[in-house]
Amino acid sequence: MITVTRRYEFAAAHVLRQPSLSDADNQRIYGKCANANGHGHNYGLEVTITGPVNPDTGRIIEPEHLDEIVHHRVLERFDHRMLNEDSLFQEAVPTAENIAVAVHRQLAGSLTGQAGVRLLRVRIVETGRNHFDYGEMT
Amino acid sequence: MIRITRAIEFSASLRYRRADLSEEENRRRFGRRVSRHGHNYRLEVTVRGEPDPVTGMVLDLKDLNDLLEREVMSRFDHRDLNDDTPHFEKRLPSPENLAAVIAEILREALAPGLFDRIRLYQDRDLWVEVVGP
Repeated sequence: MITVTRRYEFAAAHVLRQPSLSDADNQRIYGKCANANGHGHNYGLEVTITGPVNPDTGRIIEPEHLDEIVHHRVLERFDHRMLNEDSLFQEAVPTAENIAVAVHRQLAGSLTGQAGVRLLRVRIVETGRNHFDYGEMT
Repeated sequence: MIRITRAIEFSASLRYRRADLSEEENRRRFGRRVSRHGHNYRLEVTVRGEPDPVTGMVLDLKDLNDLLEREVMSRFDHRDLNDDTPHFEKRLPSPENLAAVIAEILREALAPGLFDRIRLYQDRDLWVEVVGP
């Protein structure tokens, strides 16, 4: 199997707070991440694609084309935004886990139509000390 | 099962150019990549196996290093991928194709069953993995 991965960044704020729980429970579960006014990260986003290498271009996917999709579907939406205000996080707390799932959903649908080319996984790098993968590992 | 990864770095030049297309068409398709340019590639080679009960090693890293020197560095480091290697006469020197070429070379050169995967970084923001036998 051959895969290509491209790395992006976006800066976003979030608060980890589950509205169905009490303030005390939120504080207990999320600790300093529950700070009501929020906090932010320079998120790293790694997008891994697999599929046949197109003999005309030498590519699985043209990097410019992937950039366009990721910018349009994810970066324009999340960069310099408060994630809790996004409709994607009205039901789900914007943890890095849920961000990874949301980004995967945003991208997977946009890649259809190219023969055999598909999104394999996304990695959300929240800080230099932790990252989150969603999708198929190889 | 143990996996061991060894990294090497090499610098090479390349250009995207198909002989069957005009200069204009090459430039339209490949943009700035039609001009000769270069990358500092980083190659991570992962081998897998069971440690030898006596030596405690899957393989001698020095042997792996010698093999990478011989099979990869001597072929590609400070070379032009198009003009100094035979691998890109019929295909473009994209990271996908370069990784596929290196994977093929290493599968051949390594003892059977050792090859697990390679990861080839073209730069910090783009890399290709070739996984599996």
